[in-house]
Amino acid sequence: MSRPGKIDAMTSSRPYVMGAVAYDPKVVTIWDGFRAFFGEQGFPFDYVLFSNYERQVAALVAGQVDAAWNSPLAWIEARELARQRGREARALAMRDTDQDLTSVIVARADSSLRSLADLRGRRVAVGASDSPQATLIPLVLLRDAGLEPGRDVEIVRFEVGLGLHGDHVGGERDAARALAAGGCDAACMLDANHLAFTREGTLPPAARILGQTPPFDHCNMTVIAGARDAEADRFAQLLLAMSWEDPKVRALLDLEGLRAWQPGRTSGYAQLDRGVAQGGALSRFLEQVEACA
Amino acid sequence: MRRRVELGSLGLDRGGHLLVLKALREAGEGESVEVSGEAPALDVHLRAWARGVGCEIAVEEGRCVLTRRGALGRRAGAERAGAADARREGAVVDRPPASWGLAPRGALVEAGSPEMDWPLAERDIVWADEAARLYAQAAAAQWDPATAIDWTRVPELPAEIEDAVVQVMTYLIENETAALVIPARFAARVHPHFREIVQLLAIQAADEARHVEVFTRRATLVRGELGLSTAGGQASLATLLDEPDFALASFLLSVLGEGSFLHLLWFLRDHAPDPVTRDVARLAAQDEARHVAFGLAHLQRHVERDGTLRARLAKAVERRHDALRHAAGLNEEVFDALVLLAAGSWATEDIARGYDAVQALVAEMHEGRTGRLRRLGFPDEEARALSELHTRNFM
Repeated sequence: MSRPGKIDAMTSSRPYVMGAVAYDPKVVTIWDGFRAFFGEQGFPFDYVLFSNYERQVAALVAGQVDAAWNSPLAWIEARELARQRGREARALAMRDTDQDLTSVIVARADSSLRSLADLRGRRVAVGASDSPQATLIPLVLLRDAGLEPGRDVEIVRFEVGLGLHGDHVGGERDAARALAAGGCDAACMLDANHLAFTREGTLPPAARILGQTPPFDHCNMTVIAGARDAEADRFAQLLLAMSWEDPKVRALLDLEGLRAWQPGRTSGYAQLDRGVAQGGALSRFLEQVEACA
Repeated sequence: MRRRVELGSLGLDRGGHLLVLKALREAGEGESVEVSGEAPALDVHLRAWARGVGCEIAVEEGRCVLTRRGALGRRAGAERAGAADARREGAVVDRPPASWGLAPRGALVEAGSPEMDWPLAERDIVWADEAARLYAQAAAAQWDPATAIDWTRVPELPAEIEDAVVQVMTYLIENETAALVIPARFAARVHPHFREIVQLLAIQAADEARHVEVFTRRATLVRGELGLSTAGGQASLATLLDEPDFALASFLLSVLGEGSFLHLLWFLRDHAPDPVTRDVARLAAQDEARHVAFGLAHLQRHVERDGTLRARLAKAVERRHDALRHAAGLNEEVFDALVLLAAGSWATEDIARGYDAVQALVAEMHEGRTGRLRRLGFPDEEARALSELHTRNFM
């Protein structure tokens, strides 16, 4: 594939640089494709890959990248660190598939468990500690049901891909496997993964859903206000104009898992805010970012 | 009126999405579909699934309502890649786009499919109308080496005659391996739009695979070891493998090489001292005749359309001749083995008869090549001269 974006980036104005986390090799294919697309639109664009979200957020806040394709937790980290520096983080855009997700807490069909309250004194499997969908948000759901994790229920963590904020589905799948194998009484997972795990046979078909979170939002394209604002707006405009009907961009959108980009919104992060407010979790995440600076 | 889908106990984890998708397709853009059912987790799964296919979802009175936001399918902008039946008008295009790639001819190809590299993507270069017929013939004529030949008839020949058979088999295996590799290589380079050509090349390679098998089996039927593979023989075959041009390779291999081989196989069918050798030669010759027919058909069409091709074909023969000028030609072992094999004994009159038969074979090969060159439009004199330049290694 030709890469006019790259040529532009090398020869003309300074490209707009986005950070992305390399949670999977396909990330290179995706952003190479976006780079070529933006180049064809006359918008010099390049990307930098990070091995974890904390290092990406540190680079965003330090102005080393202009935008960051952030997980929900990385969004909160960036928002907080920007605020501490008297700046403001903006959620520029997000995928249609980032809006209104839910997570579920599931038990085996043959168990006597019927509701979240029945989990008192039981073992609940979660994904990686920094996974919003498989750990942080479901734990809020447990608290809202009157169960304090670690006190009223035992939490069994499957720490796969720490630093990837749950993008690596391994921890979530291991939690589901532990449930199916009888190693725990319930497991936490994204609604779409519940469907996927059932279809692929990781979970038995009739696994019982004990509780479902209210809708929440997932990734967003984060920028820091006041830095290259005009380019940021142009970047957002180009993203929002991408159409799945256009065969040239359809393959890119399919790879990144969306039908359409939506304007960024920040109303869908309240549950995660509550999740990281518990037990000094946010401070610990922010310390990890600072350690990368 | 809003469409309704009642899934009963069928969940989205067991195919329920097909019914929802059908209703959404039937509904126009912006129209809603109400989904109900008793499967556990139906609402959770519907929400997750709808997000992935670009539908909005709302819950009204306990029922999930899905609304299409845009196109559901991948047909917008898709293109019909000719037609499956090559006889239909416009079925086979002159230059299929790289983006049709592996899509079957006649399929609707989604726009934006990846462009693949098919070096042989011009109808005039690869196509032969006879390909479909020859492929069908080849598919119908496949024989099973295990049953087509009675392998229990282990020959009891004088030791030197058996040696001669083994030497000829060794030579045949080597040549048939080249005849396998060359079409296999081109099969991977021809645009799949020219389906019949790819199929024919593939079955040609499969034919050669069987020939390699039966010749090896005959060679080792009595002895455990094969004969001599010569540097000159391999040098001659190497010039065939090196030819990158489809028309030229097809000309050198099929029209000249396999054409000559056809005579050799008929010779073995008629003169071999044992029934197993005669059978393997007879069966292989049936297949080789098809390979020659395809090479000729393809090139006859090609020379009609490309005024420069005949001159390039002639040059290819001359180039190969020059490259092999210092090579030994047909190795003495093979030539002598053919004489001995045809003689069947050491009696002087038999040797003389065997020698004459091999001389007659060489003359028949020359006549055959000349005839095929004439069919490609070469004047008689030039056809004879070019045939003379053909490798002394036969293939």
